[in-house]
Amino acid sequence: MTTRTMGNGQPASPGVPADRAAGPHGGNGPAPGTGREILARVDGVTLAFGGLTALDGVTFTVHEGEILGLIGPNGAGKTTFFNVLTGVHRPDEGRILLDGRPVTGLRKHMITRRGIARTFQNIRLFSGMTALENVMVGVDSRHRTSVPGALLRLPRHRHEEERARKNARALLEFVGIGRHSDQLARNLPYGEQRRLEIARALATEPRLLCLDEPAAGSTPSEKDQLLELIRATRDRGVTVLLIEHDMRLVMRVTDRIVVLDHGRVIADGAPEEIREDPQVVAAYLGVPTDAA
Amino acid sequence: MTPTTPSGADPSTGERLSTQDPPLLVERSGEGETPRREPEGGSSPRGPRRRRELADLPPVVRYAICAGILGAAYLLPWVGRVPVIGPQIQTQGIDWPSALFNMSYFVLLALGLNVVVGFAGLLDLGYVGFFAVGAYTVAVLASPDSDLDQRWPWLACVPVAIGVCLFSGLLLGWPTLRLRGDYLAIVTLGFAEIIRVFADSSSLLRGDRGLGSIPHPPGNWSDGSPIFSVRDATPYYWLGLTLIVLMVLAVRNLKASRVGRSWLAIREDEEAAELMGVRTVRFKLWAFAIGAAIGGFGGVLFAGEQGFLNSATFQLMFSVLVLAGVVMGGSGSIPGAILGGALISYIPDRLRGVQIAGTDAFEYRFLIFGLMIIIIMIFRPQGLLPDRRRVATTQDQEER
Repeated sequence: MTTRTMGNGQPASPGVPADRAAGPHGGNGPAPGTGREILARVDGVTLAFGGLTALDGVTFTVHEGEILGLIGPNGAGKTTFFNVLTGVHRPDEGRILLDGRPVTGLRKHMITRRGIARTFQNIRLFSGMTALENVMVGVDSRHRTSVPGALLRLPRHRHEEERARKNARALLEFVGIGRHSDQLARNLPYGEQRRLEIARALATEPRLLCLDEPAAGSTPSEKDQLLELIRATRDRGVTVLLIEHDMRLVMRVTDRIVVLDHGRVIADGAPEEIREDPQVVAAYLGVPTDAA
Repeated sequence: MTPTTPSGADPSTGERLSTQDPPLLVERSGEGETPRREPEGGSSPRGPRRRRELADLPPVVRYAICAGILGAAYLLPWVGRVPVIGPQIQTQGIDWPSALFNMSYFVLLALGLNVVVGFAGLLDLGYVGFFAVGAYTVAVLASPDSDLDQRWPWLACVPVAIGVCLFSGLLLGWPTLRLRGDYLAIVTLGFAEIIRVFADSSSLLRGDRGLGSIPHPPGNWSDGSPIFSVRDATPYYWLGLTLIVLMVLAVRNLKASRVGRSWLAIREDEEAAELMGVRTVRFKLWAFAIGAAIGGFGGVLFAGEQGFLNSATFQLMFSVLVLAGVVMGGSGSIPGAILGGALISYIPDRLRGVQIAGTDAFEYRFLIFGLMIIIIMIFRPQGLLPDRRRVATTQDQEER
């Protein structure tokens, strides 16, 4: 894992390809599916709670190295989809493949080890632990020390402790809250709690990072910083799946967008296509309460 | 050790290790008055607030303080020789070494329960069950009254008893993995009752006839008399204290490791923890097993000192008392568990033989004890020596 840092409000790292740095109105990179490796494949995922069908045959692909937006009106099934993806719910039908191997049905921590990490719509930090400890828990997911090793302070334990601390500090720097590593998570301001969640998720060394409304409740300047953070994350080689209600943010940062409505995929394409898709406009953009 | 050391330990409450609390208490009570920033508010973040604590002192000073406290604790049996204060601390209705020994196994129990309840957040109301398992394993293997008639020496029983306790911890942990809070509490309560009823009715454990003549730990003084005997509980207290030191070191190592972080994460938000890659099943089982093993150490010690066990020994009140001690000391805090465990044993023993209006105060021990707990919980809901994290958590919750 690189330790590249990103200062608040800095432009995206110099390594950003020009087509991405150009923003939404420039080119949006290669067209979906052409010449790009497929990282994850979502195949007919269906889930019903009682009589309510939350997800109905959801099918789409996630390409390696892209920022994919997942949008839709409230109740469209976006968070439910994240829950299926990360193992909180098991789908009634369908499956999700990561690198060609199914993750559906695995236990939550195994899915994390396979390389899917997430944040939560309603922040779920370990609020009584410090920022550093929160991130260390994430790093620990790659560690093997258990009770005997810790009890006897075996070399592996010492080595892993050092690594956890070092990686966690680097990640706190990366998301821009390195100064607050010893603060309890619950004492951090709201925006920094959101960033801490991203650092904790990145600490598990994911290939696919799922962000559930990371900009909710943020100020415009915080949103700009978040946008840079998402791009910097992608530049570290992490594919990003982003649920977000702020359409301006989504249009600016994503390479491609999948639109859910009533648990179904109603559109899948580049941001400017989605913007003009009549079905999407009807289902989502036309609803004034949801437009940010 | 200098002869002045015990007097240094005594003045506050007469509890060993209590010398470390005054600086902590001062620090923390002061902290409550500092203005706290709203978590959602202000854009200018406050720098990390440093608190002066034992951990912030230079290592040499820290080790010196710890060694001083420990030395004082080992000298506690002679506290009565300290002028003025000493006799106030000593118990009257029970001989002082026995009272100290009682404290030592209660501290062990509190340390073990603190792992389960304080670290991992698993509410266990049946903790006495493990204490009983440890004690009975020794009794069954060592007592001549046992049907097995093995008559093992005490020391040989210890590893077996701890192994059985670890196993029984897993046995309780496994079916209760999906339970939390109240539901878990009820199941663990049932577990302790199962052990008690089993002890009552099984021919192996001999019900209230019990198992006697349990051998003492080995060793002789230079004059040939045994170190551990019924005449004087002081060596037992030292043995208990030594076990406490070992357990504290072990638990500290665990707390400051991936294991401890996993427990805390499970306590805070189990599902989020698992989503961040914490192997919740494994670490919850470890918490139960380690808690059970430490409780088992209390049990083997108790069996050796008492020399006799029967089914009436292991009342539910043990579990309740130990839990009260953990909460009173500060759930999740190792110094808190030590202080809380010592207090739950010391207070009733100290009340023994004290006359209040012509009645022995021991009769009112639960009344007085209950009032003390209520008062402590009103004024220090985070406990007497709270964990650094829990302090902030409790205060934040109060402010909301």
